[in-house]
Amino acid sequence: MHKEVNSVGLTQTKYFTIEDKIVLESGVEFGPIQVAYETYGTLNDNKDNAILLLHALTGDAHAAGYHNEEDKKPGWWDDMVGPGKAFDTDKYFVISSNMLGGCSGTTGPCSINPQTGKPYGLDFPVITIEDAVKVQKKLVEFLGVKKLIVAGGSMGGMQALEWSIANADMVDAVIIIASTSRLTAQGIAFNAVGRNAILSDPNFNNGDYYDKEKQPEKGLAIARMVGHITYLCEESMHNKFGRRFQYSDKPNFDFNIDFQVESYLAHQGQVFVDRFDANSYLYITKAVDYFDLAQKHGSLKEAFSKTNARFLVMSFTSDWLFPTSQSKEIVQALIKAGRDVSFCEIESPCGHDAFLLEFETQTKIVKSFLAKGENNG
Amino acid sequence: MDKIQDSLHLNYSVITENIEQGAKVLDLGCGSGELLKMLVDKKHCTGCGIDINQNNVIESIQKGLSVVQGDIDEGLKEFLDDEYDYVILNQTLQSTEKPDYVIEEMLRVGKKVVVSFPNFGYWRVRFYLFFKGRMPKSKMLPFSWYDTPNIHLLTIEDFSDFCKERNIKIKKSVYIKRGQISKNPFNRILTNFLCEEALFIIER
Repeated sequence: MHKEVNSVGLTQTKYFTIEDKIVLESGVEFGPIQVAYETYGTLNDNKDNAILLLHALTGDAHAAGYHNEEDKKPGWWDDMVGPGKAFDTDKYFVISSNMLGGCSGTTGPCSINPQTGKPYGLDFPVITIEDAVKVQKKLVEFLGVKKLIVAGGSMGGMQALEWSIANADMVDAVIIIASTSRLTAQGIAFNAVGRNAILSDPNFNNGDYYDKEKQPEKGLAIARMVGHITYLCEESMHNKFGRRFQYSDKPNFDFNIDFQVESYLAHQGQVFVDRFDANSYLYITKAVDYFDLAQKHGSLKEAFSKTNARFLVMSFTSDWLFPTSQSKEIVQALIKAGRDVSFCEIESPCGHDAFLLEFETQTKIVKSFLAKGENNG
Repeated sequence: MDKIQDSLHLNYSVITENIEQGAKVLDLGCGSGELLKMLVDKKHCTGCGIDINQNNVIESIQKGLSVVQGDIDEGLKEFLDDEYDYVILNQTLQSTEKPDYVIEEMLRVGKKVVVSFPNFGYWRVRFYLFFKGRMPKSKMLPFSWYDTPNIHLLTIEDFSDFCKERNIKIKKSVYIKRGQISKNPFNRILTNFLCEEALFIIER
C-alpha cells in the first residue's frame, strides 16, 4: 500500500458518456463520446471549489495517486496533486480527464464506431483544442461544478486558455505552464516529422491496423523519439548522457545502439508504443498545430478580452519548444486586455520537461496564486 | 544595513502617504513586493508589480500580489496610455539602462509618476570622491565600481533640469536628510548638497 502522507492514495478512472452528438469546430456532428476521468477531493456545497487539470500531449485521466497497490508509478502530476500539495485536495475538488481523440478511455480513433462495429481509425473526425474543451465542459457540468479553476502545462495550457475564453462565466482562475497561444513553425515541424514517421510505417495501413498482426510500432516509436528530443534541451541531454557509450567505453563501429542518448530514445520509443495509439498521436498533434488564438479571435488581446479570470503564467528558461517569449506574448496580451496576471520565468536546466519536474518552485507559486482567490472568495 | 532598511521604510511610508485610497498603481522594480503590499493593505490600491528577478517575483506572488517578471528597460508597450493612477519607480531609476525612456514610458502609462533615487550630489558623496579620489560608497550606494547596478547615478539638480527640458511638471518633491524628511528644503542648491535621497511626484 502506498502510504505517503500527502498522496491521494488509491484512485479509480471513471467513465461518463455524452449521448447526444456535439458539433465539432470542423462542422462535423460527432457522438456518442465516452469520457474517462478521475476526481480527487470533494466538491463543496457552492460547487465552486473545482480545479480542472488538463493533460499534455500523451497524458491521461490518471493525474494523481495509484490505481492499485502494486502500482510502481503514481499519476502524471502526483507531485502537484494531493493533500497539502499545490493543488490541495483538502481544499479543492480536482478533476482530470483524458482528452477527446486520446487512447486512454476517452473516445478516440481506437474506439469502436457504433455504426460499423469496428474501430474508427481514420474515420474519426479531425478534432481541435476547442472540441476537447467542449467535451470537458459536458463532463464538468455532469459533475455539478458551477465555478472552476483550470490548469495545465504544454497542450494542457492551450486547453486552459481555450477554457477561459469559451466558458468565461465559469472560470475564476487560469494557470498556464510552459505553454503558448500558438505553436511555433518549429514546433509544427517536429510534430510533422512525428506524423510522417507514423504515416510511412508499412504497418500503418491507412490507420486500419487494430485487428492486424503487425502494428505501426516503428513509426510511433520514432515519433516519440523526436518528441523526446524537443522535451529536453542541450544542457539536460549533456547532463544526462553526454557522449557516453551505452555498453563499453569505446565505439562499436556499427549501426546498433552505441551512445547512451540513443539507448534512451529507443527506450522511450519502445515504452510509448505499449501505451499509446498511433492514430491518436496523429489526431492530437494536429489539434495542437491548429491551435491559434490570435488567428481565431483577430488578435490575442481580442481573445483575452472575452475572459473574466485571473491568470498565472509560468515558463522555463531552457524550454525551447514552448519558449518564454511565447508566454510573454500571452502575458502582454492579457495586460493589454486589462486582465489580472502574474508571470514567472523559472530557472531550470530541464527543457520543456521542466513543467513535470520542477514542482517545488511551481508549488510555491501555485499555492500563493490559489490562496489569493481563497481570501477574496 | 539597518539604516538602509529604515530609509526604505521611510521611503515606503512617504509614498504610501502620497497616494490616494483605492488608486490603481504599477510598481516598477517592485522587489519582493513590500511597498506594493503596503499600498494594497493600507490604501486598498489595486495594480501590479514588475521585477526582473525570479525570487523577487515569487516572494511578491507569495504576498498575494500580481507581479509580472520583466525588464523595465524593454518599455511598457503592453500598457495602455493613462492606464494607472500612479506608476512608481522606487530607488531603481539609477539602475535602468535607459532612464529617459523609462520615465517617458511611465508618464505615458501613469497619470502621475513617483520616482525616488539616491542623490549623488549629497555632500558625503562629493567629499568621498574629492578627498578619497575613489568612486563613492555609502550605505545607500554600497557597491564597488565594477559590480554596481547603479549605472546612471544622478543628482537632484540633474533631475530638475531633466524635467524642465522635457516639460515635465514636478507636483511634489520630498527630500530625505539623515534618514528624516527634510522639513524646510531651503533652496535647491543647498538641498542637493544636504539630502541623501529625493522623491518626486511628476506628471505631464
